[in-house]
Amino acid sequence: MVDTQLESAASNDPGGNTAAPHPDTLLDVRNLTIHYGDKPALKNVTLDVRRNEIFGIIGPANAGKTSFLRSLNRMDEFVHTMNVDGEILFAGRDLSTVRNLYALRRMIGVVFPLPVGLPLSIYDNVALAPRLSGVKDKAELDVIVERCLTRAALWDEVKDRLKNLGSLLSGGQQQRLTIARALSQDPQLLLLDEFSIAVDPVTTMRIEEVLKELKKEMTIILVTNLVQQARRLAKRTAFFLGSECVEIGETEHLFTGGAKNQSTIDYLEGRFG
Amino acid sequence: MTATQFQPSAMEGRAMSTQRLLRMGFLAVTLLLLIPTFLILGVLIFEGGPGLTWEFLTAKPRDNGASGGIATALVGTIWLTTTALVLALPLGVAAAIYLSEYARDNWLTRTINIAIVNLAGVPSIVHALFGVGAFVYFMQFGKSILAAGATLAVMTLPVVIVSTRESMQAVPQAFRDACWNMGATRWQTIWRIVLPNSGSGILTGLILVVCRAVGETAPIMFTGAVFLRQLYPDSVFDKCMALSLHLFNVSTQVKDVPAHIPFSVALLLVLVVLSMNSVAIYFRMKLRGTKKW
Repeated sequence: MVDTQLESAASNDPGGNTAAPHPDTLLDVRNLTIHYGDKPALKNVTLDVRRNEIFGIIGPANAGKTSFLRSLNRMDEFVHTMNVDGEILFAGRDLSTVRNLYALRRMIGVVFPLPVGLPLSIYDNVALAPRLSGVKDKAELDVIVERCLTRAALWDEVKDRLKNLGSLLSGGQQQRLTIARALSQDPQLLLLDEFSIAVDPVTTMRIEEVLKELKKEMTIILVTNLVQQARRLAKRTAFFLGSECVEIGETEHLFTGGAKNQSTIDYLEGRFG
Repeated sequence: MTATQFQPSAMEGRAMSTQRLLRMGFLAVTLLLLIPTFLILGVLIFEGGPGLTWEFLTAKPRDNGASGGIATALVGTIWLTTTALVLALPLGVAAAIYLSEYARDNWLTRTINIAIVNLAGVPSIVHALFGVGAFVYFMQFGKSILAAGATLAVMTLPVVIVSTRESMQAVPQAFRDACWNMGATRWQTIWRIVLPNSGSGILTGLILVVCRAVGETAPIMFTGAVFLRQLYPDSVFDKCMALSLHLFNVSTQVKDVPAHIPFSVALLLVLVVLSMNSVAIYFRMKLRGTKKW
């Protein structure tokens, strides 16, 4: 289980939070506020993400979507100006108390807006995370590489040239390679940050099909600037605007007139964004 | 549209002839650079080439260098250069790793950067005196290859650090982010992604160390190189001769030296640098030629 992997410390919440979380909650974010230096990037966000759902986050640029993802992965360790307040419970464990951040990041896969094929072979790109966590057996790595590339809908295109550099694949292929790499960690939570920005529509649809399959095994947070993509994929969606989380709801409900906030309605209808 | 529209106006005409003149001017200045290069090489080859025989290379110097060969000086220079490389490269690369991958932008980092720039600007004779104080006496290496190599290493550290750091910073930040997000530590990221792609900077550092270590005279003459020595060094605690110092001696200090000997020594000095560098340059070109992203 997650709790044991994140070393000792009690998994239940020591704080005096009274609101009972949804029983399937994987990620429970309370009053999350993020600053870069003095500049706020996210104010007072409270939301929960449940196991095996695709949770959409939509909103215009500079709404704090990416900062939200970075805080989940504790990337504030690497960004010295980034300051995170509030509480993030991942599988019941307060992330601010986690010492073994490397184990945490292995449980959380990330896909960036622009594809990042590392300057390694295709094989080594996918085998990197398992190797970092100590897998040395060639046969075992072979299985992982093939499985992850297949699930990312890339295997058939690259299976004959696994020794080629991953960073020289086409943009769409590199993005699927990035997804395969994220899957190689066997993550519980997959964070997708506007993954389709640099990908053609056909590849986008293929990846979306992959995501629908993946949610059977993991939880996915999908940050997207395409509202229709959120509608196609996400069960629930949050709307971020101006560093705040304006509204959260069942995606279909929001799209079929259920949105309460006027700016959410305007954004969904494409009046700004 | 008529043809007259393409007739240059008076102002355009002036602009175009100015442009032609400037182009020729800049080209001429650039070509001037070739003159000293070819003059130096030409004179050295013409005057020193005939004397640069196998016997000259393999015979030990006699009569204070006025006859015989330069075998011990050549071997000494190789010892000195290797010692300087062995000391400067690991230290320089380690410092570059710290500055590029770990250091935050604070007063300590800024102080280090200022120190590096200043270290690079210190005249070599000052490095020599530092080497005497620090290595010969304080560290008690005595006057030895180790002390001279360490002095050369200190002198060349800034260029190793700067060239390595620059090539590390040319590795896109996105690669590091991707690795960190996979749960890699900083060191795992450096070892697997950053360093393998910084080879050209490290090789540039190596080239610069070799150039200076082979060519410098002042830093070694007080710390390890001697006027004349018939023995080959057995360890880094021995003294040795060096080509650069030998050139200085046969040119100015020794009487009745046949005219061709200084030229032959100088030609050999240039050839040693060129041959060691061309190996490094070959590998660097191979590294740069393979596009990786």
